[in-house]
Amino acid sequence: MTNKKIKKPIYMDYAATTPVDKRVVKAMLPYFTEKYGNTSSIHTMGTIANTAVNKVREEIANYISCQINEVYFTSSATESNNWALKCVASANKNKGNKIIISSIEHDCVLNSAEWLSKNGFNIERAPVDEFGSIKLGELEKMMTKDTVLVSIMHSNNEIGTIQPIEEIGKICKKKGILFHTDASQSFGKMPINVQKLNIDLLTASSHKIYGPKGVGLLYIKNGVKIDTFIHGGGHERGKRSSTVNVPAIVGFGKALEICVKEMYDEKLRLTNLRDKIIKDVLKNIPNSHLNGHPTKRLPNNIDIRFDFIEGEALMMELDAKGIEVSTVSACSSPKLQASHVLLACGVDEKYAQGTIRISLGRNTKESEVKYLLEVLPKAVQKLRKISPMNVHNLK
Amino acid sequence: MYTKKVLDYFKKPKNLGKIKNADGVGKVGNMTCGDVMYLYIKVKEEKGKEIISDIKFQTFGCVAAIATSSAVTEMVKGKTFEEALEVGKEDIIDSLDGLPPIKVHCSVLATEALAEAIYDYLSKNNKPVPEFLKKQHEKTVKENEMLEERYEEWTENQQD
Repeated sequence: MTNKKIKKPIYMDYAATTPVDKRVVKAMLPYFTEKYGNTSSIHTMGTIANTAVNKVREEIANYISCQINEVYFTSSATESNNWALKCVASANKNKGNKIIISSIEHDCVLNSAEWLSKNGFNIERAPVDEFGSIKLGELEKMMTKDTVLVSIMHSNNEIGTIQPIEEIGKICKKKGILFHTDASQSFGKMPINVQKLNIDLLTASSHKIYGPKGVGLLYIKNGVKIDTFIHGGGHERGKRSSTVNVPAIVGFGKALEICVKEMYDEKLRLTNLRDKIIKDVLKNIPNSHLNGHPTKRLPNNIDIRFDFIEGEALMMELDAKGIEVSTVSACSSPKLQASHVLLACGVDEKYAQGTIRISLGRNTKESEVKYLLEVLPKAVQKLRKISPMNVHNLK
Repeated sequence: MYTKKVLDYFKKPKNLGKIKNADGVGKVGNMTCGDVMYLYIKVKEEKGKEIISDIKFQTFGCVAAIATSSAVTEMVKGKTFEEALEVGKEDIIDSLDGLPPIKVHCSVLATEALAEAIYDYLSKNNKPVPEFLKKQHEKTVKENEMLEERYEEWTENQQD
């Protein structure tokens, strides 16, 4: 195989966002120009739009095993997470003011919690072990009587670790505490049953599953006390106002339909490619280490760190070779801080520096993986030659 | 985000490596982002003035850190100490057609590495050291103590 045959750039950053599937675009198009009604209108055009949105609601309800009227559309996972944390907190003030999140949540959960903390709520962060898995015993001890909500992500966006959600759900149920999970990275990639997992609120996003940007959802179990976040004309059964983004929701639905249909095969295919990359890199590149859990991880996530070099430089060296990945190194962060996720896993700051995340997806081909495995060792070697760190002591 | 010039220096760094038996070495770093730069200089005297006859660098850091350290070596090679010390962060940034605001500190690091290498040469040779270089050196020593602690494991067996 020659490299010339491979079409570049090779996108390996599917955890950041995904291309919209052509089948999704096709499903969306009529809702821009022909079926453009407002779901609030009761004339024929409005009814067509409303029916389309409710069909997607049903699709989602079937996938996560909830009631149709428990699915609320939002503009993004960020909005859903803001809504879940802030508005469950405010609606349940009488019960208590403590909220537990994990120490490895996405910024939108961390910063919502930070805002709540400034407004009188007591926020505690549950610790994780070296693989990024929640320490269940410690989490349970943190759940005191005044705890109203536990928010722990289904799987982590950086290191890919999948949390023991069922166990967390069980403990929350036993203690009578509401449980929210941010499933942005795992939604559509694996089966999720909110009944079985005892989930009260769940966040998901369309653009991570080959749907359009600008639409997300929050599942809210009937009976959960939550205030309104966006006030207005009373859309989404009075809980989330704003004219309903029909084409995006239709796209979200089509995207999920495809994911569910192809889930079993795709999970297997990606897991094989993932493990091939991990095995090859750890074997052939000295001083390389896997972040996250070796098996309890997203099928498409590879998060690896290399000693003596910095992640942004490695990412850009790969970019120069036509491979697009991402990094969470301090140099690449707006605050010049090492990844809070890696630090929470006990990874030392200097080791955290050399991390890149490779995330695979629907269009990833085996030939592209092969090319990555040719290019990556050379890129690491090149940067190690530039680095003054101790490169002659390679293990 | 990065200019073409920054990426060019990053992809093909100039004056990369180490000078054995260097006349002066400047080791500096930034505790916040964790970047570390080493600058090595060879010095010759001409008409009573010290000239940087050769200069090389090694950098542990991001694209901007590598590009600025490489750029500074090009800017001061063949220059007198006086001329070299006049090169400021703005000059380095201009030579790269700009840096993202968050990466400006990388260019500062490059000027500090140069100042430290010149300080090293002057103090080793018992020559008078200008006051501003002494002050800069004191700052560097403090920062280096913390950096050495962080990177001890990686640097303890470093070959000279």
